Amino acid sequence: MARSFNIRRQTGFTAIAMTCFVLLYMPIILLVVYSFNSGTSIAIWEGFSWRWYQSAWQNEQVQAATVRSLVIALWASAIATTVAVLAALATTRTRKFKGQSAVFAMINQPLMVPEIVTAVALLIFFAMIKVATGYTGLLYLIIAHSAFCIPFAYLPIRARLQGMDLNLEQAAADLYATPFQVFRRITLPQLWPGILAGAMLAFVISLDDVVITEFVKSAGQDTLPTYMLGQLRRVVTPEINAISTVLLGISVTFVIIFTVLGKIKK
Amino acid sequence: MSIAISARKLRKVYAGQPPVVALAEASIEIKDNEFFTLLGPSGCGKTTLLRLIAGFEHPTSGDLEMHGSSVVDLPPHKRPINTVFQNYALFPHMTVAQNIGFGLEMLGKPKAEIKSTVDEMLELVKMTEMADRQTAQISGGQQQRVALARALAPKPKVLLLDEPLSALDFKLRKEMQLELKRLQTETGITFIFVTHDQEEALTMSDRIAVMSAGTIRQIGGPRDIYDHPAERFVADFIGDTNFLPAEVVTFEGETAQVRLASGKTIVARTPEGEAVQGKVTLAVRPEHATIGAEDAGLLSGTLGEVVYFGTDTHYHVSLNDGTGFVVRQQNRPDHDNDVASGDRVGIAFPPDVGQVLKD
Repeated sequence: MARSFNIRRQTGFTAIAMTCFVLLYMPIILLVVYSFNSGTSIAIWEGFSWRWYQSAWQNEQVQAATVRSLVIALWASAIATTVAVLAALATTRTRKFKGQSAVFAMINQPLMVPEIVTAVALLIFFAMIKVATGYTGLLYLIIAHSAFCIPFAYLPIRARLQGMDLNLEQAAADLYATPFQVFRRITLPQLWPGILAGAMLAFVISLDDVVITEFVKSAGQDTLPTYMLGQLRRVVTPEINAISTVLLGISVTFVIIFTVLGKIKK
Repeated sequence: MSIAISARKLRKVYAGQPPVVALAEASIEIKDNEFFTLLGPSGCGKTTLLRLIAGFEHPTSGDLEMHGSSVVDLPPHKRPINTVFQNYALFPHMTVAQNIGFGLEMLGKPKAEIKSTVDEMLELVKMTEMADRQTAQISGGQQQRVALARALAPKPKVLLLDEPLSALDFKLRKEMQLELKRLQTETGITFIFVTHDQEEALTMSDRIAVMSAGTIRQIGGPRDIYDHPAERFVADFIGDTNFLPAEVVTFEGETAQVRLASGKTIVARTPEGEAVQGKVTLAVRPEHATIGAEDAGLLSGTLGEVVYFGTDTHYHVSLNDGTGFVVRQQNRPDHDNDVASGDRVGIAFPPDVGQVLKD
């Protein structure tokens, strides 16, 4: 009997795989290693120290940017998740309607349109509002972040809803539950892993954004990523590595939680 | 006895290219306290009719009344009807007791009343020890009982059952058939039961509606349906039947003299309220016929296979005109039909057991 095709047995498989892993993870490993450099260079190793973590921790600009990033990410993920839940319900729990796929495309628009285009569009749009109202607060960034976070929250929530047994909702309606009671007692308890996963994905995406933030922010509204970008134009010290490493730690934690949530039994 | 559910020219068409006619036209009246079965092959519209009664679907046209008032525009949660789903649809994040109490809770019943009704239901389906189990931790048969208890707890006027026994193994299914019949008698609730299993329908029902291709073919008691099928589909779908060509000699209201291919005549039943004439098809159940000497029968032929089934024996006869005919005779210790494959045999059946079918 012929052996079935196994890609792992092909010549060169190990070499290609190793190359990919090195290219993917070597830079990240170097970044983490050099965050502990005691010297001021990001390329020459001079010994181990926590110096740059302390420096970043005490840097008032970093503190302000971190707080700003977190405020924006929390609000944006909360708003995006709420909208995403409603959108997911409307696209999975209603009678099929004309233009349903057009609506699906519109919800996922931020995934398809180049980010720079959205950034420029928002810049112009918000500039007009700024002139008209005089308001220059954080709300612009929160709105912008909410908008591009929606599809990231929407997709896992929708996937969860589609995987759920519709009979359960019908059974609840059959047992005298009003549509709202059906949602609260049957749909929501089964949907929450999807909602949490969507919210966390949105949170990480918001935390990480550079392009749109750079265009939309007013003076003195740096988030952590845009602050780091600004630093690159001046002297680069391992402080950047330290901040990146902390961000990396946060992302990895979230990805792990996200994966675990996805595995919770339906 | 009053009418619980009355459907008048109920029709359901699903939009599409081309549109799908799930239910062409159904008119039925289901009485209070009745065990009523919708029987038919898959795709015959029985589940659609059930879903229309439950309120999960809205009819394309026609009217549906419950105890005299139209429920067509009532959503499912406002109909005093509960359903036992084919896959049970138990809520996975609730315990057995919480599942059973859900309907009462939604109706806003006081906690004490919910508790006592749930206990009563648990006892009714013999699941008292399982009250605090998660639904994933109980067997298929137990889930079945919970689904039944959950649907019975709000004491609905009408209980719908969508092939609830199809997922159970043979022995458990037999047990549950008796159990369901007992529950129906005890509670006095109207049961509307959907199945494709003719035996299930015959053993449990007060009345059966046989459906095919989106229409109701015949409504009647199990005996009516079995002994007097109105048309070929019903005769063929329920039980085994021999179809014989025949010719009407005289039509006498509810019966007719018919001449068989052998030239002999016999009295047969005719479809209710229909005059028959000319060439017709006669249906004869295998167990109503007997096998004997060639010249003693109504029909004669050559005996083919003889198949022993334990309780009875099936004799496959090839009639003179080539038509196949099966005779089923019960086996008795003191009696054996002394015939063998290849013998010339005669087939006889008494007057009135043959049924003339509608074309």
